[in-house]
Amino acid sequence: MKHQDLLIEIGCEEIPARFVNLGIEQFKKKIAEWLTSRRISFASIDTYATSRRLTVLVREVAERQADFYEEVRGPAKRIAQTEDGEWSKAAVGFARKQGVDLDQLDLREFKGEVYVFAQKHLPGNRTVDELTQGFSEIICGIHFPKMMRWGQDKTRFIRPVRWIVCLFGTEVVPIQFAGVSASRVSEGHRFLGERVSLTKADEYVEALRKQYVIVDIEERQQQIINQLHTIEEKHHWVIPIDPALLEEVTFLVEYPTALYGSFQEEYLSLPKEVLITTMREHQRYFPVTTKDGQMLPFFVTVRNGDEHGIEWVRKGNEKVLRARLQDARFFFEEDLKTPIATSLEKLERIVFQEELGTMSERVRRIESLALQLGKRLNWDETQLIQLKRAAEICKFDLATQMVGEFSELEGYMGQVYAEHLGEDPLVAQAVFDHHLPRHATDKVPQSSLGTVIALADKMDTIVGSFGVGIQPTGSQDPYGLRRRAAGIVQILLQEKWVGIPLDALIQCALDRLEDDGLLQLPRMDVEANIWEFFTLRLKAYMQEHGIRYDVIDAVLASDIAEPRLVVRKAQVLMEQIERETFKLEVEGFTRTANLAAKAGDNPFDRSSLQEPAEHNLMQAFDEAQVRFKQASTQRDPFAMYQSIAQIVPQIHSFFDHVMVMVDDEKVRLNRLALLRDITKLVKQFAAFELIVFASI
Amino acid sequence: MDLQRMILELQKYWSKQGCTLVQPYDVEKGAGTLNPMTFLRSLGPEPWKVAYVEPSRRPADGRYGENPNRLYQHHQFQVVLKPAPANIQEVYLGSLRALGIDPREHDIRFVEDNWENPTFGAAGLGWEVWVDGMEITQFTYFQQVGGIETHVVSVELTYGLERLALYIQDKESVYDLTWIDDVTVGDIFLQQEYEHSKYSFEVSDVSLLFQLFEAYEKEAERALDEQLVFPAYDYILKCSHTFNLLDARGAISVTERTGYIGRVRHLARRCAKVYIEQREKLGFPLLKQKEGGKQ
Repeated sequence: MKHQDLLIEIGCEEIPARFVNLGIEQFKKKIAEWLTSRRISFASIDTYATSRRLTVLVREVAERQADFYEEVRGPAKRIAQTEDGEWSKAAVGFARKQGVDLDQLDLREFKGEVYVFAQKHLPGNRTVDELTQGFSEIICGIHFPKMMRWGQDKTRFIRPVRWIVCLFGTEVVPIQFAGVSASRVSEGHRFLGERVSLTKADEYVEALRKQYVIVDIEERQQQIINQLHTIEEKHHWVIPIDPALLEEVTFLVEYPTALYGSFQEEYLSLPKEVLITTMREHQRYFPVTTKDGQMLPFFVTVRNGDEHGIEWVRKGNEKVLRARLQDARFFFEEDLKTPIATSLEKLERIVFQEELGTMSERVRRIESLALQLGKRLNWDETQLIQLKRAAEICKFDLATQMVGEFSELEGYMGQVYAEHLGEDPLVAQAVFDHHLPRHATDKVPQSSLGTVIALADKMDTIVGSFGVGIQPTGSQDPYGLRRRAAGIVQILLQEKWVGIPLDALIQCALDRLEDDGLLQLPRMDVEANIWEFFTLRLKAYMQEHGIRYDVIDAVLASDIAEPRLVVRKAQVLMEQIERETFKLEVEGFTRTANLAAKAGDNPFDRSSLQEPAEHNLMQAFDEAQVRFKQASTQRDPFAMYQSIAQIVPQIHSFFDHVMVMVDDEKVRLNRLALLRDITKLVKQFAAFELIVFASI
Repeated sequence: MDLQRMILELQKYWSKQGCTLVQPYDVEKGAGTLNPMTFLRSLGPEPWKVAYVEPSRRPADGRYGENPNRLYQHHQFQVVLKPAPANIQEVYLGSLRALGIDPREHDIRFVEDNWENPTFGAAGLGWEVWVDGMEITQFTYFQQVGGIETHVVSVELTYGLERLALYIQDKESVYDLTWIDDVTVGDIFLQQEYEHSKYSFEVSDVSLLFQLFEAYEKEAERALDEQLVFPAYDYILKCSHTFNLLDARGAISVTERTGYIGRVRHLARRCAKVYIEQREKLGFPLLKQKEGGKQ
């Protein structure tokens, strides 16, 4: 089959940098799906994108759709043909319905009866015609979180579409979108390049390069990296590259030229994060440091253009940065003049969430929860005093000017200011620490104070939100509740925090909200929802760590108050799965559990046992109970497992020698009661009946 | 180039692009967008092209004339084109050339910035335009005005005149900018900045302002009951400015805040609705003129 390369370029007004990738990935996916659904073969798809264009170059696209063959079974021969072998009315109707001529009908046997079959053959259309008709389907399948309308057209896209190039080999395909018809003319760089007429699809990259547009994303990014390296080497600097900033800059420019500028050394007295954040957030600059990470009074910006007039650009950017740093220093100095008590007063005026009151009210809840946890951990008086202070001031920096300007500095500024304002360094550290972990790969709080406040802070938000009916749904989680719950799980998975059971944490937080009259839903429901929510987080954690889904279900069916123990039990089971006897153990427990379900609530009477196997089982169970208790006090999941696994031989022997479902009700119920009590113990470890073995 | 020349150049340029030059609107407002020449005219299907200078008052931004960048009152040059022409970015860049900024010599970028004024139920998508890292213009396609989806999308260009002049004149403080010849911004506005800051933060009569808010609100509603859009809109602007004064004074608590904003929003929405109804009753006269072949 003959083929051509297909080029489609959507030319836009500047697409927001954060959405370019999203756009080009969808474009690629939609065109691939569309070509496949239309039976148009192709070899591969290259993508290109800048702030002004989303482009796909599909290689070796067939010039025609593949033909379409289909055989459709119609009525039986006895209905389809008259006695003298002519097609009946039924057959003619069938042929018409299938859109085939009568000579495309034939007869064949199917399951013992002869039927009429229509041989349908749809010849493929020209790809160019199909695309002209079907393009809107492709482009309308591309979605952005914020779409817009422009002019008088009702069409929506990320930004106004101003030109479209569509070439199939050398031929223009007249596709249309938003009132724009495709041509072979593309736009060069806004200031350096010119309009360019393309003769064929595969000259796209080079033709645009001549017009100062580097359309290949990786090539452009690599140019930026190389230019940064050149500056680094020339001046013996280090330019740390924030990957998110690099990506943003890559999509802000079509023709990158990195240049550096300087600022007054006096601004180096500002905290490092303040300098970096000011440069990154306001100006998209890369910071410059010495080899050992000390800030230097320079910055690097990537210009959308060449070296022309670069002195103006440097000077202009230096001026802007100076004004920004002046602002930052003003905020910093003003904040340092503001006592923490004044900031705390301001929190009275900041609403946390309409139904959950102000920030101050929230801080008071965090404080009381943190203190309860501290007491549970048997902290001494000094520690409790530090904890109280740290909790009291943990959100004070929200009221500072710097955090008002850069919300991402919350916590960091809190620690810096608290230290400057004479707080105990441990207390100051907790003001930062309690925000951790901020995302899935972040570290957990390093300090004990920070950890306890982190737990109280996160749990207050979760319980408070659930209490007023705010729960994450699908991809929606505006209050970051999943992230917070995952943070709590991450913290509680550490050995040193086993003294804080999850249920106690939830109950204490609920008590406080209830006392403050902030629960809008029945406490029972809120509690159930929160447990389900945490169960899902634990499940997600274990899945990410390679634990089998049936093992996860088995351990989650037991007590999950201690996440760390749950995960370690799952790990023990994952090790056991490898062992040959494990299957025997699971069978024993499962059989016990199945029968235990039939038990009543009569207490087990050890004096009325009859058979030796019963006695043996009871003895094994007695021993297991003692050992299990000991092992669980020591939080040793392997020993816990061993203690119950030791009953298994007696379980099997019991089932081999003792008839449980006997007629004598008293005997039967007593045997069931024994099995019930064993199951109760086993279930404290896991619900083994949920473990699945592949059938051989 | 001094500020006066900048204004004249922008007026000349946009006049050539077919804009009607109107004069600043004489009711206090926080942004040029709230001028009825933008707010009301961007509603409905009628075409519109206008440009004007707007003094914008933001009481909370007052700094007693001590901050080199922040002002109680700054000036915006505002352009509204409805519908937005397809080559609007090119036309806009032409205005920079008119101001002596050659894009070839500088780094000009369109950086995502989505504008929103929830109080007036207005929202748009677009960019801030950077010249060598300095934000000089807000470039917005209106998507919603007065809580109503825009029928025909307007593009709004707002030049921050002081900021642009700081760049063009290479000055560090707005008060050092020359307005014309040897007259500086400081000569004209410094005392005003100090007094308005002092008034807004320390002297204003809170209980009177609360009364005024109520009174303006009532009058706006009454005018709307009579289908009088423009008088009603003036009172809505007065409500908004009074609210800003109270806010600068710290007189509005967090819980009350939402309530006051909601009251202004309600008025703005109602006004927008009545405006469209009135224009429709008149048969959207500007639409007819255009179809009648005036242009």
